[in-house]
Order: sequence, then C-alpha cells, then structure tokens
Amino acid sequence: MTSREIRTLVIAVILFGLAALLPFSGNGYFISIGVTIAMYVVLSTSWALFSGPTHYISLATAAFYGLGTMIVATGIETVPYVVLLLISAVAGALMAALVGLATLRLSGVYFVIFTLGLAEMIRQLVSWLQNNLGGSRGLYVLTDLTEDHIYWELLALAAFVFLIGWWIGRSRLGFAMRIIGNDETVAAHCGINTARSKIMLFMVSGMVAALVGALLAPRWTYIEPNIAFSPLLSFEVVIMALLGGTKRLWGPLVGVVPFTILLEVIEANYPSQTILVLGIAFLLIVYLVPHGVVGRLEQSFAKFRRGGN
Amino acid sequence: MKRRTALKLAAASLVAGSLAIGTAQAGDTVKIGAVAPKTGPLAGGSTVTHWPNIHLWVHEVNARGGLKLKDGRKKIELIEYDDQTNPGVHIKAAQRLATQDKVDFIVAPYGTGFNLASAPIYAKHGYPQIAVSAISDKIPELTKRYPGIFFTLGSTTSFASAVSDILSKMRADGKMGGRIAMVNVADAFGIELAETARPIFKKAGFEIVYDKSYPLGTQDLSPIMKGAKASKPDAFVAWSYPPDTFGLTKQAITQNLDVKAFYTAVATCFPAYGKVFGKSIEGNLGAGGVDPTTPAMKAYRKAHMEVTGKPADGWASANTYVSLQVLEQAIEGVGSVDRKAVTQYIKDNTFKTIMGDINFVDQVSHRFWTVGQWQGGEFYGVASKGMPNAKPVILKKGWK
Repeated sequence: MTSREIRTLVIAVILFGLAALLPFSGNGYFISIGVTIAMYVVLSTSWALFSGPTHYISLATAAFYGLGTMIVATGIETVPYVVLLLISAVAGALMAALVGLATLRLSGVYFVIFTLGLAEMIRQLVSWLQNNLGGSRGLYVLTDLTEDHIYWELLALAAFVFLIGWWIGRSRLGFAMRIIGNDETVAAHCGINTARSKIMLFMVSGMVAALVGALLAPRWTYIEPNIAFSPLLSFEVVIMALLGGTKRLWGPLVGVVPFTILLEVIEANYPSQTILVLGIAFLLIVYLVPHGVVGRLEQSFAKFRRGGN
Repeated sequence: MKRRTALKLAAASLVAGSLAIGTAQAGDTVKIGAVAPKTGPLAGGSTVTHWPNIHLWVHEVNARGGLKLKDGRKKIELIEYDDQTNPGVHIKAAQRLATQDKVDFIVAPYGTGFNLASAPIYAKHGYPQIAVSAISDKIPELTKRYPGIFFTLGSTTSFASAVSDILSKMRADGKMGGRIAMVNVADAFGIELAETARPIFKKAGFEIVYDKSYPLGTQDLSPIMKGAKASKPDAFVAWSYPPDTFGLTKQAITQNLDVKAFYTAVATCFPAYGKVFGKSIEGNLGAGGVDPTTPAMKAYRKAHMEVTGKPADGWASANTYVSLQVLEQAIEGVGSVDRKAVTQYIKDNTFKTIMGDINFVDQVSHRFWTVGQWQGGEFYGVASKGMPNAKPVILKKGWK
C-alpha cells in the first residue's frame, strides 16, 4: 500500500466510526434518516460498481431487493434470520448470474429494458407462487430488531461494498472493466472474456441489493409484493448514483447524502406537493450540477490548487 | 459567480428549512399528526375514507372551541404528511412527527402494512394507535407486542365467515343452492381472504365450483367472468380490490351473470360504486356496511358532505371517525395530553360514538359491520359483529 492509500483508509475508518455513533444520539428521526441514507449508499454504490465502468444502466435493483425481502418474509418463522441473509445473498448472486448470462451479451438498451421488466416479472412470479402453492397469508416479519440494529447492519454492509470496490479497482477484473467500458471490441481483442467479467461484477451488485432487501425486511413488519418490488427504487438508485458521479468509488455517497436530505426537506415542508417540488428540484439539479457532485467538487479542487500556486 | 451564489442561497435556505421543523411552540394548542397516502396506489382509498374524516373531526372540535382539558379548551393543530404509499417514507414521517414536531398524538395510518410498519414507533413514544384500516389475523400477537395498538375493523376470518353465514342462511331458507364461484386478486389481502374462505365455505357444506385468481392491475376481467359463468354458480364471491371490484361488476352486467348472491370486497361500499352502476347493482353484497338510519349517523353523513364536500363511504369512513371520537373522549377524560394515561383510559372505558357504545376488550373493538348490501340506492349493513339493526338480506335479481 502506498502512503496515500493508507491515509485514505484511515480517513475511511474514522468516518465509518463516526457514522456508527449515530444511534447513540437516541433521536429516532435522525436514525430513520440514517437508515435511509445507509440503504441508498449501499444500493447506489454497488450499482455503480457494475454500471459505472460498463455503462450498462441496470434498472434491476428493485428485483434483487424485493427478492431478498420476500425470502426473509417467507422464511422468518421457520429459519434463523442469519441463514436467511445468506440465502438471500446467494439467491441474489444466482439471479444476477442467470440474468447476466441471458442479457449481458446484448448491447445497452436491450439490457435496460430487460432489467426494468425483471422486477415486475419476479413480483408476478412471487404472487403466483403465493397464490397457487398456498400456505402464505400476509407475510409478517416480527423480530426484535430495531432501527439501530438495521442501521449498523447496513453500515457494515456499506464497509464491505467499499472494500470490494477498492479491491476490484486494483484487480485485473477492475482493469478489464475499464477497458470494456471504453471499448468492448478492443477489450475482446485483448483477450478479455468480456461476458464473464461483466457477469461477475453484476453478481456482486445483485448479491448486495438482495442483502439490503433482506436486512430491511424487519423494518416493514408486513410485506406485500407490490411494496417489496417497488419500481421507483430502481430509478432512485440510478438518479442518486448519477447525481454523485460514478467514476469514483465514493461518488454515489456524495450523491445520496444531499439527495436524501433534499427529499426530507421537501417531504416535511410540502406535504401536499411533494412530487411537484421534487420535479422542480430535479430540473435545478440538472441545470446547476450537470456533472454530478463529484464533478463539481473536482472542479472546485482544481480551482483551489491553481489559486494556491 | 452568480450561479454559485444562487446555489449557496438555495443550500442555506434548505438547511434553515430543515431546522425550522420542530421549532414551532407548543402550549396553547394540542398538536395532532397524521401520515397517510395522498399519492401512490393507496391514495384512491385514503382520500375517500381516511383524510376527509380527519379534516372533518379537526374542523368540528375546533368549531366547538377545542379539546376540553384541565387547563382550559385547546384547539387542535393538525400536522399532515404524505407517505406516498411508501413504507420507508412513512416511517421517516412518523419519526418526524414524534421527535421533531413533537406532536401530542398521531392519527393511526391507513392500510395494514403501514399500521404495522409504524407500530414500533408508536410503541416507543407511547402514542395510542387506534388502527382502523388494518385487518389482520395476527391480532392477539400484535396487541401483546404493542400495548398501545387498538383494532377496530375485525379480522380476515370475521369477514370470510360473515359471507359464509349469509350464504348459508339463504341456502337453508331454500333460496339458493350450494355452488359458489370464488375469485380473488393475487395480492396480500386477496390471497389471505381466499385462503381463509376456502375451508370456511367447505365446512359450511358449499361446493366451490370455480376458484381462480387474477394479478393485481388486470385490465381485462372478461375471461374470469366467463369462466365463473360457465361453472353455473348460485353465488359469486370476489375477494377484490377497488379497481377489480368495478371491473368485475361491469363484466357481470355485460355478461348478465345469473346468480342469487353477488359479492365483491373492497370499494363496493364507495359512493362512486353506486353512482357508476346505478340501479343495476341492486342487491349487490360487499365488505363493510353501515346503518344510515340512526340520527347520529345521519348527522355525521350530513356534516361529512358539508365540511369535506364528499360523501362518506358505506364502511370504514364511519369507523375512522369513531376512532377519532374515541381519541377525543379519552383525551378529554384524562384532561391532559398524558399519552400513557390516555392509552389506559381507552382500555378502561366505553365511548359514545356515532356507531353507538364502543369499548375495547384486549385492545380490540368487537363492534363493526362485516357485510353490506345495496338496497334502493343505499349501502346498508346486513351482517356485523355486535351492531344492531342489520337489514335483512335480499336476493340478487338480475342486473336490470
């Protein structure tokens, strides 16, 4: 490790340590915002791990997330929670592998459309299973886990995602991804197995999203398929990641935090016009921060350095 | 440069805005919070059943001069949020009400999922939660877990068995045979009701000659109705949601389904249902019910129309208003906004409401309508738990 990497690591550890202290504030409101932020940080960072370098826009987040939620909701009365988390992670990765095998050989737009349909397809499938195999009434997830626990679990998962992301960035896989992102034909000519590389990364992304869904299931208590598979989630994750910027590992993070706070302020102050004000906020963001928050920050840094010299 | 200033200004005002939450002064008002869908899939139901009653109640209490407390009358200050039919947003908003706005009481949410998702927050802050639009078969477990939660609209089993009882009686009276066509929407509530109903119907000696489900949001319900019709049923039962309640009824009229009893679940009691189908739905059965003939109910429905500009529905509108009356009387009975005392007061006392005397046994009210029927342009309760004056059921005689 270079001294710069060590410095980054130390800063990251300190930041995570500080974030982990939030539940001790005892303020349920801040904790619930914390859970929301942690959830979107994990989802959009893992989304950007795959979609950032490859430029494949995946709208499948809700499918993986819902899969994890439904697995926990279905099994919670008979199987230990920890085992369900493992099953969700494996199921998410497997589904990503299947979807990847079927679609990642296709180029861009087909992939987007397919992933959009995936969440709806899985939702219908789950409803069909519930309806025809019976035994499943409304699904209750009654546990003693509080928002504090869920927050810490998500934070740990976030740390894991950042470590994986950092490792991929340094690995052959990460290098291969960057080449694929720049020109897939060139990558193939260099001897990179492009399909395999993409599928591996997509599996990481799918696994993490399924795990987030599983971790959050106890928060909802009562699970309905149309809530577990909310298509809005997929779009929110993409918007937040793009707002932050996908070129850096920490890009989505700086997108999620201001976005969540902005949403919160709008929801609190304009309870009857939330969607309308949100739309106006989007327009302003696109106009004022076209290159994402990371782009803005880097621009400012560059100016600052020039000024310093 | 200008752009950056604008950005800074925007950021500053946002921060200021977020800090401003919770700085409003308490003291001369009682703050009551409400979170429920104003947008999203459940908004259609909550804007008929839920929101108008909150507005009506706050309007009436304030018109009286406010809530009667030990230190004088205090008006209600209502703080409302839209949860966008999204449980994540709902939880945040409920937390905001509890810890930022520091409201004295919160009106229970709309929908089973939302009542359960926010129950831990109510429990933590000691808010009484008089749930209305929450129907569950896990009530004993939930009331044990959350000491401040109250249920007022019954369980899935009570709804399914009420339908079975009505059909059984019609059969015993020799008015119809024992063939039932049953369909359900393939979503949580519909699946749950169908699963509960199957053994109940069988135990009552009925033959389920058609048993099909359709996905939520199905546009074309004609194949379902064709299948049901071909099975030659004596009664048609649909565990349906609002859009398919309308859709199935329309198909039944188009295909002239010949049955002695026609039941659709949610939204059959909506005023719009009567308006859309007019005379053709004479004799249709549906979930809910109301006794519109009592003076209290008449006065309530008139006020509902005058204050909110909308008619009350034939089911949970009244129950929602009743839950607020219970809250009001408990607060006034205690004479302060001591939430623990108010919760205890609700458990220990009987309340005079527009639906008569209401009390809670193990946090559950056992007085509610289960089945209603359209008769002469009005939706009447025909079966209930503990409600008087149920109208006799009439036979469905064609769609003309």
